[in-house]
Amino acid sequence: MATAAVGTKKLTLVQAVTDGLRTMMRESENVIVLGEDVGRNGGVFRATDGLMEEFGDQRIIDTPLAESGIIGTSIGLAMNGFRPVAEMQFLGFIYPAFNQIMTHASRIRSRTLGAFTVPMVIRAPFGAGVRAPEIHSDSVEALFTHMPGIKVVVPSNPYDAKGLLIASIEDPDPVLFLEPMRCYRSSKMDVPDSKYTVEIGKGRVMKEGEQVTILTYGAMVDASLKAANEAESKGISVEVIDLRTLYPLDKELISKSVQKTGRTVIVHEAPSTGGLGDTLISLINDTSFLYMKAPIERVTGFDTPVPMFALEDHYLPNAPRITSAIHKVINF
Amino acid sequence: METQFPKKQILNEDGVVVDDAYKSLLDESLVKTLYTKMLRARLFDRKGVNLQRQGRIGTYVPFEGQEAAQIGSSMAMEEGDWMFPTYRDHGATLTFGHSLKNVLLYWKGRQEGCIPPEGIKIFPPAVPIASQLLHATGAAWAEKMKGTDRASIVYFGDGATSEGDFHEGLNFASVFNIPVVFFNQNNGFAISVPVEKQMKSKTIAQKAVGYDIEGIRLDGNDVFAVYFHTKAAVEKARAGGGPTLIEAVTWRYGAHTTADDPSKYRDQNESSIRRETTDPLARLEKFMQQEGIWESSWQKELEQDITLEIEAAVNEMENEQPPHLNDMFDHVFAENPWPIEDQKEAYAHVRGE
Repeated sequence: MATAAVGTKKLTLVQAVTDGLRTMMRESENVIVLGEDVGRNGGVFRATDGLMEEFGDQRIIDTPLAESGIIGTSIGLAMNGFRPVAEMQFLGFIYPAFNQIMTHASRIRSRTLGAFTVPMVIRAPFGAGVRAPEIHSDSVEALFTHMPGIKVVVPSNPYDAKGLLIASIEDPDPVLFLEPMRCYRSSKMDVPDSKYTVEIGKGRVMKEGEQVTILTYGAMVDASLKAANEAESKGISVEVIDLRTLYPLDKELISKSVQKTGRTVIVHEAPSTGGLGDTLISLINDTSFLYMKAPIERVTGFDTPVPMFALEDHYLPNAPRITSAIHKVINF
Repeated sequence: METQFPKKQILNEDGVVVDDAYKSLLDESLVKTLYTKMLRARLFDRKGVNLQRQGRIGTYVPFEGQEAAQIGSSMAMEEGDWMFPTYRDHGATLTFGHSLKNVLLYWKGRQEGCIPPEGIKIFPPAVPIASQLLHATGAAWAEKMKGTDRASIVYFGDGATSEGDFHEGLNFASVFNIPVVFFNQNNGFAISVPVEKQMKSKTIAQKAVGYDIEGIRLDGNDVFAVYFHTKAAVEKARAGGGPTLIEAVTWRYGAHTTADDPSKYRDQNESSIRRETTDPLARLEKFMQQEGIWESSWQKELEQDITLEIEAAVNEMENEQPPHLNDMFDHVFAENPWPIEDQKEAYAHVRGE
């Protein structure tokens, strides 16, 4: 974790997103923001707070309420010289834009053998646990990790949020930048004022351990750390990896850790079937099969729609479920 | 609505100029260029159908009958402008500078077919219906932000007006006053579904009212009407006047694609009658004869030259080296991420490479 130093500010994750946008907009006039309520209102979560005042309404653009329109026009802007950062108000609202992402944004480079490219970022708050209304809490990252031609990143803390966002804006290809709502204001962290990047495709060891590896990301990093610390107090040494990038996965970091511990618990709040956990198990199968001492455990959301918030605490993986999985792989 | 949005005509079915305002603009060189480009498109299209029948290319999408709409509109565009075609608009893309060989390669299943020649701004043909209206709007928006006077033209059919992206494209362009021409070819059918089942509105042009932009309905088989009205719309866009919706009423003589049989859903006699009465090339020929600028020797020579040009392109297409397998792997991202690299290597290994 970054420590307090000259040239840092204590920021929440959502403030770090704003800071990343501001940094890149100051650096290049080609970086523009499009979305619903991103201008005067500064975004429903205030992620673009103050940016219209600094950069004007030609670069912080309040669009009509149309997700396909936002992504579709951003594609045109991106392949004609701009670096649009398109905001989806919630990941659960991205579905009308799915066609634009699947059939165009993600494959224009491939269709034209590189003659046209789409360097754009799609930002979207996601996940449950903030007592949001229906449809606002979806975790459908696997729809996009399955989609060829787009990278998917998820910061879990303010430092990574700014660094990953800058890396995403600088990336020559489309990046889906997922922001765990539950982490938006859950903690503050020292974030450098200056420009820096967190490399796409690199995870991070959040806590070192010897007997079990937890692979997780987003809002589940906190829950996993809690469970890991609790297990530690009972004499079980747990390593926690924040994947940070969901496509492409950090194969080296994952396999190194899993080969060390021989036991894995995967934690994500998205539904189990077809979720990222399946891909992680495949990766471990391909790289580390003979090192495994126990079947891999998954602690995930259920194969149900995210319920309304009265039941969401049951839907979300929590420390007791993760603890139970840790004991299961240890006692196999 | 038909009175509010009359089908504008400059050249009627008998080849007579019915709008005197344009008479002085119809110089011989322009007329001959329009005829030449339409003939080229028609001969190319017939070649495309034949190549498919002979198994030399894959499924082909014909546009015969729509030449005036495609050539008139693309001739109105200039260097530096952007074109966003569908899969039925190679008449337009070829006129705007796409290469015959690459367009043929597209129908041979080759990715190269999506690449326009250097400096020619043509997007790959949109397959998902109406999705391209947003790209055209975005690209033209970029031109506006850069402070140029360049514009986009985007092609789509009558069926596309039912899609959500049709609305979103027109709405964004209207709200942000973007220099884009929405060029609709209303050929009466979306595969098999007639336009009367596609919409209750009597015209497509009238939909412009909902966006407070100009809507123009044209005889899409009248190349003069298409050319001059599209040109006016582009000039308006360049001058900051925003988008225009143009409805060019036309007809495809043939099938939706070489994979379907139009007689299943419509009386093909209608196509024969239209060929006799409203054909865009025949109409222009009549005009040229009446003006005394038609020589059958000129036309014959032209046809021979174009045929040779197309045959040469077919040769080039057929002699093109097979595609590189790596083209499939190496252009998904700027740099291959490890999963693609692993898959590429594993496949190479199986192939003994």
